[in-house]
This record gives sequence, C-alpha cells and structure tokens, in this order.
Amino acid sequence: MKLNSFWLWAVLIAAAGAALTIFDVIVINKFIYFASYVVLQYVILATAWNIMGGYMGYVNFGSAGFFAVGAYSSVVLYKLIQAPLLVMIPVSGIVCALLGLGMGYLTLRLRGVFFAIATLAMAIVLETLITNWEYVGGASGAYVLRPRTIEPFGDYIEFLFFVMLILAIFAVAVARWVERSKIGRGFSAIRDDELAAECTGVPTLKLKLLATTISGFLMGIAGAPFAMYVGFVEPASAFNLVYAVNSIAMPMIGGATTWLGPLVGALLLGTVQQVATVTISSELNLLIVGVLLVFFVIAAPDGIVGLVRKWRGGGK
Amino acid sequence: MTDISSGTERLLDVQGVVKRFGGFTALNGVDLHVDKGERLGLIGPNGSGKTTMINCISGALANDDGKIVFKGVTMDGKKPNERTQLGIARSFQIPKPFGTMTVLENLAIPLEYVSRTPPRQVREKAMDILETIGLAERADQNSGSLTQIDMRRLELARAMAASPDLLISDEAMAGLSSNEVDDILDILFKLNERGITIIMIEHIMRAVMRFSERIAVLDAGQKIADGTPDEVVNNPEVERAYLGE
Repeated sequence: MKLNSFWLWAVLIAAAGAALTIFDVIVINKFIYFASYVVLQYVILATAWNIMGGYMGYVNFGSAGFFAVGAYSSVVLYKLIQAPLLVMIPVSGIVCALLGLGMGYLTLRLRGVFFAIATLAMAIVLETLITNWEYVGGASGAYVLRPRTIEPFGDYIEFLFFVMLILAIFAVAVARWVERSKIGRGFSAIRDDELAAECTGVPTLKLKLLATTISGFLMGIAGAPFAMYVGFVEPASAFNLVYAVNSIAMPMIGGATTWLGPLVGALLLGTVQQVATVTISSELNLLIVGVLLVFFVIAAPDGIVGLVRKWRGGGK
Repeated sequence: MTDISSGTERLLDVQGVVKRFGGFTALNGVDLHVDKGERLGLIGPNGSGKTTMINCISGALANDDGKIVFKGVTMDGKKPNERTQLGIARSFQIPKPFGTMTVLENLAIPLEYVSRTPPRQVREKAMDILETIGLAERADQNSGSLTQIDMRRLELARAMAASPDLLISDEAMAGLSSNEVDDILDILFKLNERGITIIMIEHIMRAVMRFSERIAVLDAGQKIADGTPDEVVNNPEVERAYLGE
C-alpha cells in the first residue's frame, strides 16, 4: 500500500508539473519557475549526497565538484555538437558516475574525516583543471545559448522546470529503492561498523563503489541542465561552495536515514533560501543554512523526519 | 590423533603463519589445524597473538607469510566477506553490533548476504536463531541498547546467521558473571551439536577446560602446546608461560 501511495504521489506531482508548464493551467510569474528549478536541483543533490553520507556514513564534501562536472559535460556537448538537453542529462550522469567510481576506487581505504578531505581535494583539483581548460572557456567561462521557446511548453524555463521535476522524482525514487533493498541494508551495516559488515558477508568494497557511482550519477544529472539554466557557466559559480554545503546541510536538517529527509530538507531550506534571496539579500543564504544546521545538529540530530517520528511516538 | 588417516576431515589448516606489525612479530610461524566438528580452545597470555591469529583466519588482517587453508581452499588474498561466504564466521571480543538496527535486522545482514535468504523468510529464520541463542524477546529492540550479555549473544547469533562451518568465538565470555558464562557455554555446545566446528578463544580457564576437546596454547607469537586439556595443563612450558619461571 505504501508503495502505491509513493508512486501515486509521484505521478500526481509530475502531472501537476505538466499541467502548470504545458497547459498553463494557472498563469504564474516566470520567476517561480526559476526559483523552483533551484529548489528541485537541491532535492537531487541532497538525495544523491544522502545515499553516501546518510545511508553509508561517508561524508562527501565534493558535491560541488560532481555538480560542476555535470554542468561542464553539458558545455562540452553543446560546443561539440550543440546537443539537446535530453542528450546532455544522461551523458553528464554517466560522466559523473564514472567520476564517482574513480573517486571511490582512489579513496576506498580512507574513512571518516580523511575521506571527507579527499573529496574536498578532488573538487579543488577538478576546479583547477576546468579553470585551465581553454575549450570550455577557462576562468572566464562559456556561454550556452538556450532556445527561447520549446514546444509544447512555451517558454524554455518552463521546460527546464519540468525536466528538473522529473529528475527530482527519479532521484528520490532511486534513493527510496536503494534504502529498501538489500543494498541499502548493506550500506547501513557499513555505516554502523565496517569490519563487522565485512565479516558478516557484506562485500563492502563493491557496495562502496556502487554508492559513489549512484551518488555521482545523480549529482551529474542535477548539474547537467545548469548550463541551459544560467546561459553562462564559469568555474566560480559551477564549483560554488554553496552546493557542497547545501548538499550536506539539507539531508542533515531533513533527516539523513531516510529518503524523505533530504527531500524535506531541500524543499524547506531551498525555499527559505529563495525567499530570502528575493526579500532580503542573496548573501544571507549561507547564514540561514549555518544557523539551522547548528540548531539541528544540537537539538535534533535525526532531523525533521526524526523529530516528527518522535512526536508521533513511532520510529525506533 | 587427529590426522586425516584416522578418518576425521580437516576443516582448517594454518601452516606457518607469520604476522608482523612493524618490528614486532605477533605470530611467528604458527601451525594450527581444526577438524570438522571439533571444539578447539585457543589460549595464551595477553599479547600472545590469539586475536591476531583470528584476524588472520577471518581475513581482517593479511598474514605476511605462511598459508591458511580452509576446506582445501587457500585463503590468502581473500577478503573477509569472501571467507564468510565460504563458511568462516566470527564474533568480536568487543561487541560490534550494527547499532542503528534492531537485533533482528542485525541478523538479516548475514542472512541476506551469505545465506541468500529471500526477504520474506528473513524474519522466520532470524527468529529461529534468536530462539536458540535466547534473544527472541529482544528481536525488535535496538541493538545499541542491549546489555553486555545480550550483546555477546547477538555476536554469536549474527555469526550463526551466516550458517558457518567454522565459528570462531573471540572471548565471548570476558567480563560476564559465572551464570552468564554457563549460558554462553550452553549456546556454544548447542551449536557444536548441530555440526559447527568451533574455535573458542577464552581467558576463563574453567570454561575452556569444560568446552574444549583439544587446546592449543600460544605464547609470544608461537604455539607452545597442542593437546587434550589434561595434557596442556600439565605441560611445564604452559605453566612457565602463565606463571613465569
């Protein structure tokens, strides 16, 4: 029954997205699409981060690196063959999945804080590489001209919003599937005690590589439409620390042990950030994240989902 | 007494295993064998290399020299999870439960990963094992909140869930009361009756003497004695290792 209700919600939300963008059931300010796009992008990033960070306990500080590689894969495809968005997304995903696999392979002996530092270092190395790569514009960035309109959506931003909505549903569905599968239980065993997991038959190396690959793929597809969205990609914005920080903060605030956590965290924090950007200042974003993160780490380590479960008297 | 010619089947054969940590030699050419269905006690003073030996057998550490053969297969280069798949299970001296999971979920990991139990049968099979071990009423409790004795039980139950041929129990009784020691001993006897070969590492001599059919003694990385409990306690070298000159 639960399975049905998840997919029912997924279809309903996708249908609502289609109704808004294709049929313009309600005519809304175009800015809403721009803002919602960013929130949905964070839903994917937070969900992707959580597969490694929440389920398996491996904290990735390099989310911005994956996101940017996703975005720059699109830039390359655009420059090479003027590829359409629907080609960019899977290609970026695969590039980042391979990047995740490589990172997993190189860092598999590292644990805890050393793993976190290695991921951060990887993001910095990637940024340096891209900054010095003339083909994609180097430090000064590259323009990607998106079409003004696309049928049947009308304005291209409506299309981007719809695509991001579908990708977000896909990412959450993947995370939910992982969480409920044998793989997810293996991840939890690794998080709780890696040696005990190994000695109870869990192939920890394979599972770790699988986690970095899945997580990388999802971060890649989150970054793929970025070039089309902003029209101009440069290293400083694509590798922005905000992506790394939000990818960690959103699952922590939402609750890192379930697929619902990053979803709730990203929707909430992402929306607050967008509202704050418009009403107060864009510089306030990180401050809000910081304050909320400190609060949640101290007062509700299991996040919002954990708090709700506690209030209901359910859960563990 | 226990060679192949007498009809018993050799399950584990450790041949001249060496393990060094930097300049320190923790195991210096140790030979050890266990036959199918046997109950072997492995004893020795603190720091004699017992746990290092188990870590080498289970694959948590790689031996620097020598060979470990299990069911006729050389274990060198095999990861712990592969050895568990082949039938070596262990418990840990300091319990390592999967702390965010319930007792039952702890067992589900080896049941799914080693015994390939379909998800629908996991609960039933786990409850079977928990009944045997005496943890059934704790099945849905969070494993992080168990008492010491129950954590030891969980260690054994989780090792059992991997349906092993060889169970290595690493000081499962340390720090337990006399009654609790008997409880754990009963469990180990029960498991042995079901055909599981057991290596028991223990400091509690009463338990080792009662349980073991054969005892091997390690001292400073070398095997100094190997025989029946009576032979071993009367061995002058064993006495020297424990009591000094």
